Amino acid sequence: MSVLAQPPAAQAHRGLLARAWDSDIGYSFRTSPVAIGAAAITLVIVLATVFAEFITPQNPFDAAALNLMDGFTPPGEAGAGSGMYFGLGADSQGRDMYSAILYGSRVSLLIGTASVIFSLVLGVSLGLIAGYIGGRIEALIMRIADIQLSFPAILVALLVFGIARGLIHPSLHEQMTFAVMTIAIGLSNWAQYARTVRASTLVEKRKEYVDAARVIGLRAFPVMIKHVLPNVAGPILVIATINLALAVLEEATLSFLGVGMPPTQPSLGTLIRIGQQFLFSGEWWILLFPSLALVTIALSINLFGDWLRDALNPKLR
Amino acid sequence: MTNRGKFVIALLAATALATAAADARQLKWARSGDSLTLDPHAQNEGPTHALAHHIYEPLLHRDTQGKEVPALATSWKITDDPNVWEFKLRPNVKYHNGNAFNADDVVFSLDRARQPTSDMKGLLTSIDTVSKVDDLTVHIKTKGPNPLLPNNLGDLFIMDKEWSEQNNVQKPQDFKNKEENFAVRNANGTGPFQLVSREPDVRTVMKRNDSYWGIGQVPLQVTELLYIPIKADATRLAALLSGEVDFVQDVPVQDIERLKAQKNLQVNVGPENRTIFFGMDVASADLKGDSVEGKNPFADKKVRQAMNITLNRQAIQRIAMRGQSVPTGIIMPPFVNGWTKELDAAPSGDVNAAKKLLADAGYPNGFNVTLHCPNDRYVNDEAICQAAVGMWGQIGVKVSLVSQSKAIHFPLIQKNPPETEFYMVGWGVPTFDSEYIFSFMYHTRADKYGSWNATRYSNPEADKMIEQLSSEIDKGKRDATIAKLWALFKDETLYLPVHHQTLAYAMKAGLDIPVDVSNQPKLKYVSFKTN
Repeated sequence: MSVLAQPPAAQAHRGLLARAWDSDIGYSFRTSPVAIGAAAITLVIVLATVFAEFITPQNPFDAAALNLMDGFTPPGEAGAGSGMYFGLGADSQGRDMYSAILYGSRVSLLIGTASVIFSLVLGVSLGLIAGYIGGRIEALIMRIADIQLSFPAILVALLVFGIARGLIHPSLHEQMTFAVMTIAIGLSNWAQYARTVRASTLVEKRKEYVDAARVIGLRAFPVMIKHVLPNVAGPILVIATINLALAVLEEATLSFLGVGMPPTQPSLGTLIRIGQQFLFSGEWWILLFPSLALVTIALSINLFGDWLRDALNPKLR
Repeated sequence: MTNRGKFVIALLAATALATAAADARQLKWARSGDSLTLDPHAQNEGPTHALAHHIYEPLLHRDTQGKEVPALATSWKITDDPNVWEFKLRPNVKYHNGNAFNADDVVFSLDRARQPTSDMKGLLTSIDTVSKVDDLTVHIKTKGPNPLLPNNLGDLFIMDKEWSEQNNVQKPQDFKNKEENFAVRNANGTGPFQLVSREPDVRTVMKRNDSYWGIGQVPLQVTELLYIPIKADATRLAALLSGEVDFVQDVPVQDIERLKAQKNLQVNVGPENRTIFFGMDVASADLKGDSVEGKNPFADKKVRQAMNITLNRQAIQRIAMRGQSVPTGIIMPPFVNGWTKELDAAPSGDVNAAKKLLADAGYPNGFNVTLHCPNDRYVNDEAICQAAVGMWGQIGVKVSLVSQSKAIHFPLIQKNPPETEFYMVGWGVPTFDSEYIFSFMYHTRADKYGSWNATRYSNPEADKMIEQLSSEIDKGKRDATIAKLWALFKDETLYLPVHHQTLAYAMKAGLDIPVDVSNQPKLKYVSFKTN
């Protein structure tokens, strides 16, 4: 029985989830093993990092909980200092790699998500304003976006990070790292949102429903938010998903270069940076496991984003 | 075979022979950073002096064990006037350009090194005048008796007066203001090697000085010496493993074992004249970066002792340093005059005793404080700080760690007033005497003294004793004062010593370059073992 054939009352009874399940996108999701797999892995990783406290033997961010004599314990052996079992081995400080990876992924994902939200809000606002108001403001915003896009994102992030370091007092660096990283990565990615939203807004603002809204006397701001924004949201969702993977990688890159999270609160990038010192000396697990975790996270989010892009693209249906 | 074929083979064989003969005596030397300048008086910095020792020579220098040996001077003694030192110079020494070396050059060089743009002037503050007696005798008059003057001359290179005047380099390069002069990329010394070409940060090529005065006394088998700075650890080691370079300094501790296992390589390990330790503000009324209001926990000796005995130096040695360090209880390397085994004894990590001391001091639950640490200066500096932070956490002292580049870290200590209340430093002692440590690390901070003392410690009585050391001629009395000062400072626990650093040199098998305690390998001593 098709959805359309149901009586309206029955359809209203069905929940949002069920309706989503039966929608075009739901169908596309159900029939794509890649999307299901990617979503499942992402979900498992997110849940594991959120509940890291309950499923790890050690808090790797608490220096007092570490035992230096456990340092360099190979995977699957007990530490020489504490006697604790290290499934994925221990790093140079006696940190359990399994715990460190979960806590580190949490830091990476948090910074990734926060910076995506930051660049999304910034880019969408600027894109809406540029597309809807036009004129000189549009020219100004879009030229800034052009300039921004001519630099690699990582370079912009490094620049922002460097300036912020100079402005903030050194004693506050450690506390501020999270915020600074979020802003640095966020500022390097807003231009794509602004461009996409501006293009969609230019199309939408010529449509009759926008004219209608204006005719009834609404000001520019409510028209943008209530009428234009919902109709340009599809592409934003796709960019945001793919950008999340990029932001996680960018965070890792910054931390790998040593400008990101401090070694006392390692993110995945910091763990990889620490690990690469021991590549020649045979302690492969310190580098390998965080790298695998990073690849898995980035790949599964990316695959999910790819699927979403295809599913929302009317030309591919 | 045709005649032509025979000719080609003969030619190839001849080429091979010629190359083999030339290659056999070439030495490619790599370390992490380049010399900052060839001007021998512009920078008082380890790697800069290490390269300069091959081209220029001082009056006397230190051998690999730190012992003073004659170079351009053959002997030196205090004259009947206790304020005047007499240096007898080596005869028949020639510069690379053929000029003869004589007393005029020594007077010129010591005057040059005392000019405002010189970075060596801090070592020569006691000198009043330098005068020529005859061609091979120089008198150095000091402002008061200075029995330790020769100690300060080990890196003080002698330049040719005529060459310097010809090339207008009578003044040292003003390094701070990025000045360039002829002596920055050109050199004319008396040393065992002669400069052929130099590209800063890429390579410096030197050839053997065939008229070196020391031929016959030192092997001097290297005919061509290439100095190649390679910053990245992995790249530098890869260059050694692939045979691209022959000798590597600054070997990361974690890679020593792997290199030792290679049959075609040799690794020499030895102690360096440098101690790593933590310092803290022991005198301010209140710390800005701590959790205790209106009080400075570090001002209490019991707190300092508690933190000192908490440090498990053996664990740091085993894990953070892979065995490549010597745990210690004093901030003085073993080569230094004043060092004793008793002072050096390191307390081992005793958490319970430390907790008790901390409770006695009124901090049963510990406190929070911020530690500043460099991350690119000493061997595994950041890892040591992290490990120490964990150990202090076990007695309730919660330390938040700020680790940053040495370019940001050191100014925190040197600024007046210092901008750190808890910090890591490593201290080498080029004069091999305790006075150097006292005047930089323990003397109250005043213009000439205490420039590295960020502890705010001030003890006028001790200051007076430190100042007297520089003019005390009686060695017995002087050593007694040094011992008294160490006993006082060790009891005060102003610094928390960690270990003496060890150095590792890796080289091709057949070369045997001993570790130099000042980390200035002198390659004129190298001999190739015949295979």
